[in-house]
Amino acid sequence: MSLFLIISAAGLTALSGGWALALRRWPALAQRLATATLVTGAALGMIGAALALAGQGADWAAPWPTLNASLSVRLDGLSAFFLLPVLGLPALASVYGVASWPQAERGAQSIRLQLYFGLVTGAMTMVCVADHAILFLVAWEVMALAGFLLILTEHEKAEVQHASFVYLAAAHAGNLALFALFALLGRLAGSFEFAAMTGLDGASPLAGWVFGLVLFGFGIKAGLVPFHFWLPGAHAAAPSHVSAIMSGVLLKMGIYGILRVTGFFATIPSAWGGLLLATGVVSAVLGVAFALAQHDVKRLLAYHSVENVGIIAMGVGLALLGRSTGTPALVVLGFAGAVLHVVNHAIFKGLLFLGAGAVHHATGTRELDHLGGLGRAMPLTAAFFLIGAAAISGLPPLNGFASEWLVFLASFQAVLGHGPASTPLAGLAAPALALVGGLAAACFAKVYGTVFLGQARSPAAGRGHEAAPAMLAPMAVLAAGCVAIGFFPALWLPGLTRAAGAWSGLPAALLAGPAAEAGQGAWSVSLVAGGLVLAVGGLVWWRRRRLGGPQPTAPTWGCAFARPSPRMQYTGSSFAEQLVLRFGWVFFPSTRVEPPTGNFPRRAAFGSQMPDTILDLGILPVLVSSVRVTDRWRAQFGGRVQSKVLLLLLGVLGLLAWLALARPA
Amino acid sequence: MILAVLQLVAFLALAPLLPGVIGRVKARVAGRVGPPLLQPWRDLLRLAHKGAVYSRTSTWVFRAGPVVGLSAILAAGLLVPLGAPSATVVFAGDFALMAALLGLARFVTVTAALDTGSSFEGMGAAREVTFSALAEPALFLGFVSLVRSTGGLDLTHLLGAGLAGAWQSDGAALLLVALAIFVVALAENARLPVDDPATHLELTMIHEVMVLDHSGPDLALIQYGAALKLYLFGALVVKLALGARFADPSLAFVAFLAGQLVFAVAIGLVESTMARLRLTRVPQLLIGASVLSGFALVLLLR
Repeated sequence: MSLFLIISAAGLTALSGGWALALRRWPALAQRLATATLVTGAALGMIGAALALAGQGADWAAPWPTLNASLSVRLDGLSAFFLLPVLGLPALASVYGVASWPQAERGAQSIRLQLYFGLVTGAMTMVCVADHAILFLVAWEVMALAGFLLILTEHEKAEVQHASFVYLAAAHAGNLALFALFALLGRLAGSFEFAAMTGLDGASPLAGWVFGLVLFGFGIKAGLVPFHFWLPGAHAAAPSHVSAIMSGVLLKMGIYGILRVTGFFATIPSAWGGLLLATGVVSAVLGVAFALAQHDVKRLLAYHSVENVGIIAMGVGLALLGRSTGTPALVVLGFAGAVLHVVNHAIFKGLLFLGAGAVHHATGTRELDHLGGLGRAMPLTAAFFLIGAAAISGLPPLNGFASEWLVFLASFQAVLGHGPASTPLAGLAAPALALVGGLAAACFAKVYGTVFLGQARSPAAGRGHEAAPAMLAPMAVLAAGCVAIGFFPALWLPGLTRAAGAWSGLPAALLAGPAAEAGQGAWSVSLVAGGLVLAVGGLVWWRRRRLGGPQPTAPTWGCAFARPSPRMQYTGSSFAEQLVLRFGWVFFPSTRVEPPTGNFPRRAAFGSQMPDTILDLGILPVLVSSVRVTDRWRAQFGGRVQSKVLLLLLGVLGLLAWLALARPA
Repeated sequence: MILAVLQLVAFLALAPLLPGVIGRVKARVAGRVGPPLLQPWRDLLRLAHKGAVYSRTSTWVFRAGPVVGLSAILAAGLLVPLGAPSATVVFAGDFALMAALLGLARFVTVTAALDTGSSFEGMGAAREVTFSALAEPALFLGFVSLVRSTGGLDLTHLLGAGLAGAWQSDGAALLLVALAIFVVALAENARLPVDDPATHLELTMIHEVMVLDHSGPDLALIQYGAALKLYLFGALVVKLALGARFADPSLAFVAFLAGQLVFAVAIGLVESTMARLRLTRVPQLLIGASVLSGFALVLLLR
């Protein structure tokens, strides 16, 4: 039953864009039907996932002769947790799209967007339930290509072309690794069925290669540093509600892959967990540091996805360490923290991208330092964005804190060091996570302060207006999600514990103890959250009683400046400068300074840009110079068809010779 | 049970005395008489009875800042043992919630400051988030060392029963942690050498400049919150220093209060003998605190 719901969800969402194409003559109706179909499909699928979480797992298989494979699907706790955001966020984002990207105005662009939007949702659903390597790879490829086409929505812009090409290249480099990965796994297990890939030995020499390919192939999709380079450009270039699902759920497919494949192994070398934990720490710290340095609000949010994926990877790494050292508490807390953060990040990052989209829609700019004072013109957007900003900064009583708290607990469990093979150094994840939290709070104070508070820094920001109801409603739902999970994190723990048991193969009895302790802690978090609300209520009442009616107003104290202007406000760049300076060792900003000169200076200017260290200073220069070298070589053949055919022929002959020589007689 | 209530009452009632003691010590060292100890309470009452003036630029975010900020600090007070054998709410990982609640208080103060659109308050806010982000790892490295040394995961154990014998076996490490937390306390509470609470130049302030536009009851809430926060950090340092020395709970409570007095005097002496660091030097101080607690961890893992 639950699986049937999921499959129908995949079908309905994947085909939902068909309405937009079929009913082109009635664009408004077409888009509403497409959205309704997608939302219906997503709702069915979420019911299915909820049933699976309650313990109703299921699997189903049918032969697939064309590819000599089988169409096996399976729904378990891990899939179900990923399916909730995978279906929920696109459904909300598509409702947002009705107002932000109307088919009646955007025409073909909107039709394409809806087609691929549905397709990517369906493909992600299939990735989450695929139980056969071939089916998984097919769904994965559809998802990657649909993602590429989605980024390309506004294909006439040079920025979009560049970003989508980088995405395509990176995605396929990762896909290549995945083909190799599943070939190796098939060889280890003797079958391409996931069901057969259980109890593998992590200590075997091939297993090391498997984990390397997992880190590379799934790491690119997840956006772990140093494979994050495609991400900021792509997420900035796509329409905002597309960025929301790309950042919110598409990245998480990489995490899903890491969890799925590590679940195949019975024994886990401690190097795996250590490596993933270290990668997570580096991603989290550098992700937030790069985010601090951005002044395009969508690029900034994209870098925060790198940070949050890093936090998730830290949780997974701790759970893997727990499996290698036989520490159930680490397994439960690390896994629960990571998977809950997957759900939480989808919620608040979706919310933040939709909010940023509303600001872009209203003002026409994404440049932080041109905005300001929008809290007055768009109060609801501002309030929802504030909830998302506090949640992503890991502040209680919101959902970001709940999952980060579990990762904190996991790393402190590592410090305690039960058992002979303990790994107390993994406890260093805790201070790193604390630093990340502090930096994220700084960054979102910057974003929220520069965009919504103070006064408008440009005429465009002054013309801001509140978003349409269809855009506000999804944001309201997501904000409510942040609050609900934040206040009652304990409700998720039983399901997470079951999924952790299925993933790690540890018996439920071993996991029950640490899960119960975490549950008690989570309820105490709810208790303190309740206390916080009571205190706020009491103080609001006291303040109202003290101040009574309206109070006098005056201009902001300008510290004796005679003619203050909005341009004198602290900008986002100046706000973050002190922290960005601390990361001078990874940043290579390009600045353009035109200092005031002469006795009566007329004009002075300052501009700065923050290139991505990996992409703009690492990969691109290497690729460009290698293209230059091969170009010179290719020029020898001068574009003649004959010489190209000769090359091809030589290549085929070479391969044949290799086969003949390499094959043992 | 009585002590459990008493520690909260003392928290709410005695916290504003800490700034009073600090002011008194500074005055004495400088050869002046100084304000009476109860002066902070009188200031709070005076402010509470005043009206308030609001900037035309500000919105509800500005008005919410002091209310939510004080509430978060009050909630954090539930998680710290304040003299009684146990904190009001105890669970594994409660220190992470405490730190995050203080983070919430900071976040709303910073957003309230930015809501005025004043570049001076922007400056203060930028400094506040910079220094507190750098102080965070020092605090958590200290917690990691304490967890390693005491084998517990809640503040009541970390700063109470778990310390029995720990000062004998891991004395050097605990001393380093206590020093690191003391430095963090100075930074987080806007004391010298990080921030000068008595300066009159907006350009050099951190915390004070963020609240320039607050007045009346709002300012009272902020100042009361600042005193409570100082008391919380004092509790961390004092409980850590006292360890499990006093078996009798009421004696331990008295010792705790005496410890808070010593803590305030120590801050007063630091403030009397040191100048404010240049702002660019402050991160080095905070990274130094991280290094201290890092060394403590090295000692414990050896």
